[in-house]
Amino acid sequence: MLTYTLRRLLVSIPVIVASTFVVFLLVTMAGDPLAGLKGRNPPPSPQVIAVEEQRLHLDEPPLQRYWTWITGVARGDFGPSVRTNVDIGHEVAARFGVTLRLVAVAVLLALVLAVVVGVISAVKQYSGIDYGFTFAAFLFLSMPSFWFAVLLKQGGISLNNLLGDQVVYTIGDRSVIVEGGAWAQLADTAGHMVLPTISLALLSFGAWSRFQRASMLDVLNSDYVLFARAKGLSRRRVIVRHALRTALIPMTTVTALDFATLISGAVITETVFQWRGLGEFLVTSVNQRDAYAVLAWLLVIAVAVIVFNLIADLLYALLDPRIRHE
Amino acid sequence: MSEHTEAAPRPPSSAQPAAAVRRRSQGELVLRRFLRHKAAVTSLVLFVAVVLLAFAGGALWRYDYADITSAVSQPPSLEHPFGTDNLGHDTFAQVLRGTQRSVEIALLIAFLAGLVGTLWGAFSGYYRGITDSVMMRIADLVLTLPLLAVAAVLTRATNGSWWFVALVIAALQWAYVSRVVRGVVLSLREKEYIEASRALGATDRWIIFRHLIPNALGPIIVNVTILVAAAILVETALSFLGLGVQPPDTSLGLLVSEADTAVSTRPWLFYFPGAFIVVIALSINFIGDGLRDAFDPTQRKARS
Amino acid sequence: MSEREAVLQVENLTVSFPTEDGLVRAVRGVSYELRRGEVLGIVGESGSGKSVTSMAVMGLLPASARIGGSVRFHGQELIGVPDKRMRTLRGGRIAMVFQDPMTSLNPVYTVGDQIAEAVRAHNDVSAAQARERAVELLALMQIPRPRERARDYPHQFSGGMRQRVVIATAMANSPDVIIADEPTTALDVTVQAQVLRALETARAATDAAMVLITHDLGVVAGAADRVLVMYAGRPVELGGVDDIYYTPRMPYTLGLLGSLPRLDDGRRGERLTPIAGSPPSLLDLPPGCPFAPRCPMRQEVCETAEPEPVATSEPGHLAACHFSADLDGKRPEDVFVTSSGDPADHAADDPAAGGAP
Repeated sequence: MLTYTLRRLLVSIPVIVASTFVVFLLVTMAGDPLAGLKGRNPPPSPQVIAVEEQRLHLDEPPLQRYWTWITGVARGDFGPSVRTNVDIGHEVAARFGVTLRLVAVAVLLALVLAVVVGVISAVKQYSGIDYGFTFAAFLFLSMPSFWFAVLLKQGGISLNNLLGDQVVYTIGDRSVIVEGGAWAQLADTAGHMVLPTISLALLSFGAWSRFQRASMLDVLNSDYVLFARAKGLSRRRVIVRHALRTALIPMTTVTALDFATLISGAVITETVFQWRGLGEFLVTSVNQRDAYAVLAWLLVIAVAVIVFNLIADLLYALLDPRIRHE
Repeated sequence: MSEHTEAAPRPPSSAQPAAAVRRRSQGELVLRRFLRHKAAVTSLVLFVAVVLLAFAGGALWRYDYADITSAVSQPPSLEHPFGTDNLGHDTFAQVLRGTQRSVEIALLIAFLAGLVGTLWGAFSGYYRGITDSVMMRIADLVLTLPLLAVAAVLTRATNGSWWFVALVIAALQWAYVSRVVRGVVLSLREKEYIEASRALGATDRWIIFRHLIPNALGPIIVNVTILVAAAILVETALSFLGLGVQPPDTSLGLLVSEADTAVSTRPWLFYFPGAFIVVIALSINFIGDGLRDAFDPTQRKARS
Repeated sequence: MSEREAVLQVENLTVSFPTEDGLVRAVRGVSYELRRGEVLGIVGESGSGKSVTSMAVMGLLPASARIGGSVRFHGQELIGVPDKRMRTLRGGRIAMVFQDPMTSLNPVYTVGDQIAEAVRAHNDVSAAQARERAVELLALMQIPRPRERARDYPHQFSGGMRQRVVIATAMANSPDVIIADEPTTALDVTVQAQVLRALETARAATDAAMVLITHDLGVVAGAADRVLVMYAGRPVELGGVDDIYYTPRMPYTLGLLGSLPRLDDGRRGERLTPIAGSPPSLLDLPPGCPFAPRCPMRQEVCETAEPEPVATSEPGHLAACHFSADLDGKRPEDVFVTSSGDPADHAADDPAAGGAP
C-alpha cells in the first residue's frame, strides 16, 4: 500500500516539473513584465531598465531563464519578483498561512454539514426532507462563487447596519490595528473569517452532501447492513455503527483530495473579500507577468496536492482494515 | 429452416411480456426513466425556455444589447423590465445577450472537452501499458495547469473573443472527461463480449468505436452534461476576474462583474444576470441527475 | 415428527413490489408449517419467491413491499408488527444466514465484534462476556485458534470460514428458527459440505427448526425432512423428502429432478432432461398454471385454471397440478425430452415452437 503511494508520488514529480515549464512558457509569452516600468512618465533611463532586466534575468534567453529558476529552487531560492519589494519565498509562505486558515475551517464546516445532510437524505430517501436537501445541494452546486460571495457580503453589511455595530467584517483577513489583548485579536480574526468561510464551505457542501448521500445509500443497500438488521440491532445502531462508519471511508478520501483543490480554488472568495491569500497572489502575479511568482504558486499547490494525496491514502488505510492488511 | 441457431427452444408464450421488457431498446428505457424524473423534466423545459428566450428573444426585444437609451440607472419598469445601467443600456437585452454567449461558450466547451476526453480516455484505457501511462501523465499535466494563468495569458493575447475563451477552458477540462471514460473502458474491456470480438479478429479501432465507446455512452453523456453546468460557472468566474469575454461583447459573468460595485446602489444590475446563471446551471445539473438515474437505475431498485 | 408443535406457521403469504413497470407479484399465497427441530427445504429457481418469503418472515422487506396473509411464530402474528417488536425476535428467536458470506459481514469490524454484537443485542451481558461467547461459538464452528481469529477481519477469512462465522452469529442466541437462504450457493463445491455440516451442528446445538432455501435439490436431499417446491411465487408441491424424490406429483418437480446429475444409484450415464424455456415474468402472469408454457403435459385446462395445491395419495403430500394423479410412478425421462435429443425432434415435441403461422 505505502509503496504504491510512494511510487505514485515519484511519478508525479516529472509531471510537476513539466507543468512548471509549460506555465513558465505561457507567462513569458504573455508579454513584457517591465511594460509598466517602461510606460512610466517621465520614462525611466535606459540604465534603470537595464538594471531591472538583469535583476529579472530578462537579458537571458527564456530556456536559460527557466534553468536558472529550477536550479535556484533546488537550493531554496525562488527567484526575483517583478515587484522589487517582494521576496517570493516569504510572501508565498505568509499567503499560504492565510489561505490555509480559511480553507481548513471551511472544509471542517462543509464536511460536518455534508455528512449530516447526506446521511439524513439517504436514510429518508425520497421523502420531503430528502428532496429539500437535494434541491439545496444542487442550488449550491449551481451558484457562481463570486455571485454568492458578493451576496453574502451584502448580507453582512445589512446585518452590521441593522445591529449598528461591526459584527462581521466584509473586507480583509484581519484589521490593520486591533486594540486590546489576545482575545480582541482572536475576535477580530474570527469576525473576518465568518463570511468567507461560509461562502467557501457552502459551495463544497453541495457536492459533498450528494457524495455522502450516494455513498450512504450504497452501504444501506449492502448485505452486511441487512445482516446487521437480521441480528436484531436497533435502527440507530445499524445506521451509525454499520452504515455511517463504512460510508465515511470514501467521503474521507474525497475530502482530503478536495482540500488541496480548495487551496488553489479559493481565488474568487479571496478576491471578493479582499484577503491577501494565495489566490490573490496568483491574480496579481499573473497580471504583472511575474513568471517566477506564478511558478512559486504552482509549486506550493503541487506540493499541497501531493501531501493531501498522501493524507487521503493514509486515512484510507486507517479506516479500512482491508487496505491496512495489504 | 436454414438457421441452425433457431434450434434453441423458442420463448414460450407466457414468457412474452418478460421477453418484451427485455427487448425494449436501451434508448427507450432510458427515455422512459428520464421522463419519470420530474425535476429533470421540469429543468429541461426551463433550460430550453431560457435558451429560446436568449436566442430568439434577443432578436425580438425592442432594445439591442448595445443600444444606449436615454434612461440611465433606472430601476426595473415596464419599459425596462430589468432596469438600465449607468450608460443607459437596457439590462434585459444585455442579460439575453450574455445568456446567449454564456450558453454558447458552455456548449462548445462541453462538446470539445467531451470529444477529446472520450477519445483520449478510450484509447488510453483500451491500450493500457505504456500508452496508457504516457497518455494519463499528459492528462495529469493538463489538470495541474492553473486555469487562471492559462486563461490570463491566452485571453490577453487574443482580445477575448468568445470562442477562444471556450477553447482555452475546453483545453483544460477534457482531462476530467478522459479520466472518467478511461475508468469505464478499463472495466468494459474485460467483459466477455470484448474478448469474443477480439477472438473473432476485430480490429482495435472497431472494438473501440463499435463496442467500448457506445457502451460507455451513459457515463459520458452524464459527465458531459454536468460539464456544461461547470463550464458556465468557470466561464462566468473567468469573466468576473476580467480574464474571459471582453467588452464590448458580454457574458453573464461579465455583467455580474461590472455590477459588482453597484450592488448596493443599483442591485438589479447584479441580481438579474446572477439569477440567470443560477437558473441555467441548476437546470443543467438536474438534467444531469435525471440522466444519471436513467442510465444507471441501480440506486432506485427495490431489493427483492 | 408430525406430533411436534408448529414453531412457525405461514399462511397464504403474499408479497408484491410496485416497480416502474407495474406490480411484481413475487409471492402469491405461500403456506407452510415448521415444527420444532424440523428442517424444511424450500426449492425453486431464482425469482420463484423463496427468498422473498423468508425476508417477509424476518420482517426485512423494504417499506415499499405490500405484504398480505399471515406469519405466526409460536402462535403470535408477525405481519404488521412494528419494527421495534420484530427486532427483539430477529437474531434472537428467529435468525438468518445469508447467501453470500463475502458480503454479509461488515468489512470494518472484527468477526469477534460482529458476533458479540449479536449476543449483546439480546442479552444483558458485559462486552467481555459477549466476546467470550463469540469465541465459544467460533470454536463450535470449528474455526481453528478461535481466540486469535476473533480479532481478525472478515477479509482475512476464506469464503467457507466466513459462512461459518455467519452461522455462528445466527446461532448466538439459541434461536427457535434458523432461516438459511441459499447458504452454499456462493461457495466452492468443496466447502459446501463443510458449511452444511456447520449448519447441522448449529441446528442440533440449539434444537432450532430450520428453513433451508436452495435451488439445489441435491442439497435438500441430504439435509431436509420435508420439501416445499416453489414456482413463480407459488408453492407447487409440498411433501416429505422421500415423497418428493421418489413420487413427485408435479411436472416441475419432475423436471428439476431430471436436471440433476446423479452419480449415486446406478443411473450413471443417463441423459439429463432439462426444462425448456424460462420462468414467467412476475409482472403480468397469464391465467392458468404458470408452468404450463414449459410443461410437456399441458392440456387446455392448464391455460385457463391455476391448480391449487391438493392432497395426493401420500399423507402430507400436496401437489398443485391438474394431472398429479397421472404422474404416479413417472420418471423425468418419461415426461421430458433428454438433452441429447435431436433439436429437430425437440422442436416437433414442443407445440409452441412447432406451428408456424
